[in-house]
Amino acid sequence: MIHFVLLISRQGKVRLTKWYSPYSQKERTKVIRELSGLILTRGPKLCNFVEWRGLRVVYKRYASLYFCMCIDEDDNELEILEIIHHYVEVLDRYFGSVCELDLIYNFHKAYFILDELLIAGELQEPSKRTVARLVAAQDSLVETAKEQTSSITNIIAQVAK
Amino acid sequence: MNPFSSGTRLRDMIRAIRSCKTAAEERAVVRKECAAIRAAISENDQDYRHRNLAKLMFIHMLGYPTHFGQMECLKLIASSGFPEKRIGYLGLMLLLDERQEVLMLVTNSLKQDLNHSNQYIIGLALCALGNICSAEMARDLAPEVERLLQFRDPNIRKKAALCSIRIIKKVPDLAENFINPAASLLREKHHGVLITGVQLCTDLCKVSSEALEYFREKCTEGLVKTLKDMANSPYAPEYDIAGITDPFLHIRLLKLLRILGQGDADASDCMNDILAQVATKIESNKNAGNAILYECVGTIMSIEDNGGLRVLAINILGRFLSNRDNNIRYVALNMLMKAITVDAQAVQRHRATILECVKDSDASIRKKALDLVYLLVNESNVKPLTKELIESLEASDQEFKGVLTAKICSLVEKFSPEKIWYIDQMLKVLSEAGNFVKDEVWHALIVVISNASDLHGYSVRALYRAFQTSTEQETLVRVAVWCIGEYGDMLVNNVGMLDIEEPITVTESDAVDALEVSIKRLNSDLTTKAMALIALLKLSSRFPSCSE
Repeated sequence: MIHFVLLISRQGKVRLTKWYSPYSQKERTKVIRELSGLILTRGPKLCNFVEWRGLRVVYKRYASLYFCMCIDEDDNELEILEIIHHYVEVLDRYFGSVCELDLIYNFHKAYFILDELLIAGELQEPSKRTVARLVAAQDSLVETAKEQTSSITNIIAQVAK
Repeated sequence: MNPFSSGTRLRDMIRAIRSCKTAAEERAVVRKECAAIRAAISENDQDYRHRNLAKLMFIHMLGYPTHFGQMECLKLIASSGFPEKRIGYLGLMLLLDERQEVLMLVTNSLKQDLNHSNQYIIGLALCALGNICSAEMARDLAPEVERLLQFRDPNIRKKAALCSIRIIKKVPDLAENFINPAASLLREKHHGVLITGVQLCTDLCKVSSEALEYFREKCTEGLVKTLKDMANSPYAPEYDIAGITDPFLHIRLLKLLRILGQGDADASDCMNDILAQVATKIESNKNAGNAILYECVGTIMSIEDNGGLRVLAINILGRFLSNRDNNIRYVALNMLMKAITVDAQAVQRHRATILECVKDSDASIRKKALDLVYLLVNESNVKPLTKELIESLEASDQEFKGVLTAKICSLVEKFSPEKIWYIDQMLKVLSEAGNFVKDEVWHALIVVISNASDLHGYSVRALYRAFQTSTEQETLVRVAVWCIGEYGDMLVNNVGMLDIEEPITVTESDAVDALEVSIKRLNSDLTTKAMALIALLKLSSRFPSCSE
C-alpha cells in the first residue's frame, strides 16, 4: 500500500501531505524533514527510488515539485511512477497546464482530486476522464449551493431594507 | 472593521503569507489569522466556518499547531450542505489521525452520511472512513460499508471496496463477512470497481486463509479470463497508457493471481498460458509496459514451477539489467535477489551483467548489485568474481569503497580455496583500500600468514613489493612492517622461493630503511609506529651488521 503522499518544492516547502498509515503530528514533521533531506539532494541521473526505514519512497520531479509516495518493499515501484503520473495528468487537465502556484492557492482542490484517485493507500480509478467528471460534478454542487446562499441573502437583504 | 470576522479571504491570506520576507513576519501573520479564527470559533460563527477551516489547513501545512480547529471539522461535517461536508471531511483527514479520541465523535455523522440520499455525500464519508478510521469505528460501521458494496452506483461500490480494505486490516475478524461481496465485484465490467475489487480480494487473502481458499477455488479461472480479455482488448482511449489498456488493472490482476497460484499446482497451471502471453507480448519500451512485465515476472517466480516460464522470466530480468533506464535496472536487481532462492542457476547466467552494475554511476544500483553478487558467490566462481570486484574497487568512490571492501574481505575469507590465493587477494585489497579494512580482518591475515610456514617467504616478499609501490594505506604498512620484522631474513636471503616468484634483491639495510620510512611517514599513527619499532627490534637481533 501507499503509506503517504508528499508534494515538496525544490526549497523544501510542503505543498501537500496525505497519510494513509498512522503517523502522529510529531512523527509527520520528522518524516517530512528526513525525506526532504534525502530526496532533494539526489542527483538528476539517479533512479527514482530511495530505501528508507525499511520502506521504499518513489519520487518524481515535475518542474519545481517533487511528488513522493512511500510504499512497502514488495510493492511495484514502476507502477507507482505511473500512479504519480496519473495524478499529475489529472491535475493538469483540471487546472489547465498546472503549475506550482495553482497547487498553492488551490491546495484543497488538489486534495479533492487526490481523494478521487487514492483511498486507504490504494488506487481507486484508472480512468482520468472518470476522475475529472466526478470532481467536476462535486464542484458544481458547491457552485449551486453558493448561488442558492447568495440568492437567499439577496432576498433577505431586500426584505430587511 | 468587525474584530470578530476573519476578514481576509483564503487567497488573500495565502498571498500575505507568501509575501513575508522573514520567518518572524510569517509567524506574525499566522498568529493574527489564528487569533481571528479562534475568536470566530468561540463566537460559533457559521458564515466563515468553511473558509476558516481552509485557512487552518493551509496553516497546518506550514507546520503550525492547529488542534483548536479540530471541533470545527466536526461541526462542518454535521452541517447539512455538501460544501460544508466536503471541506469538513477534508479537514478531518488532514488535522486528525486515528489515534485521537475526537475522531470517535464523528462516527454518528459518518453513519448518517453513509445512508445519505446524495451519493456524493456517501462518497465523502466512505473516503474519510477508508483513510483514517480506527478499529472501533471500523467495527461500528462495517455493516454499512458491506451494504454499499452492492450500491447501484459504481463510484460508490469502488469506494466501498477500498474502505473495506481498511476495515479488514483494522479488524481482521470481520474479513469473512466481505468474502462473498468481494467475489461478486470480480465479475464487474467497470474498471474502477474491478481494480478496487481485485485489491480487496488480494488483501482479504492476506488476512484470512478462508478467503484465500475460497477465491482460489472459485475465482481463479474468472480472473485468468479477465486478464486475457484485458490483454487482448482493442484500443480503449479512456484506459490507454502507452498503448496498453489499463496497465493498473493488468498489474492488480497479476498480483492476485500470484497469491492464488502460490503453493497450489492447479491454480498455477490455470494461469500459465496468460502469464506466457503477457510476458512475451507486452512491449517494454515504456514504463507502463515494464511495470506490467515486472509484476508478471514476480508472479511467475512465486507460483509453482513451470520450467519454460521461469526461463522466460529470468530472461526478461536479464534484458532489464541492460536497460539504459536506472529504474529498470534497479527493479531487476531487486527481483533477481528474490529469484536466487527459487532458481540460483538461472541467475548465475547473468553474472556478467550484474557485475557491470557494481560499477554503476547510481549509488542505489551499485549497492543492490553488490548485495546480489555476494549471494551468488560459491566455491566454483569465487576466483573470477573476486577479481572483478577488486577491479571495481579501484574505480569506486570513497563512500562505496567501505562497503565493497568489507564484502570482498568477507567473501575471500569464507570461500578461499588456497591460502596463497587468500593472501594475494588480501594484498590487493590492502593496496587499494587498506584504510577501509577492519582490524579483525588484517589481524586474521597475519594469523593466516604466520600459520602458513611454507608461505612466509612469499608473503614477506610480496608485501615488501606492495609496500614499495603504495604507502598510502595504513593497514598495508602495518602488515608489511610486521612481516618484515618476523621474516626479514627470508626477505633478504630469498628463502622459500616459489616457482611463480620473480627474484628480488633486498639487502638488510633496504629492509631496515623500509621500516624507518614507516616510522617517519606523515600518516603513520601510533599503532603503525609501534609495530615498526618492534619490527626494528626483531631485525636488530637478526641483522647485527645494521644495528645502528
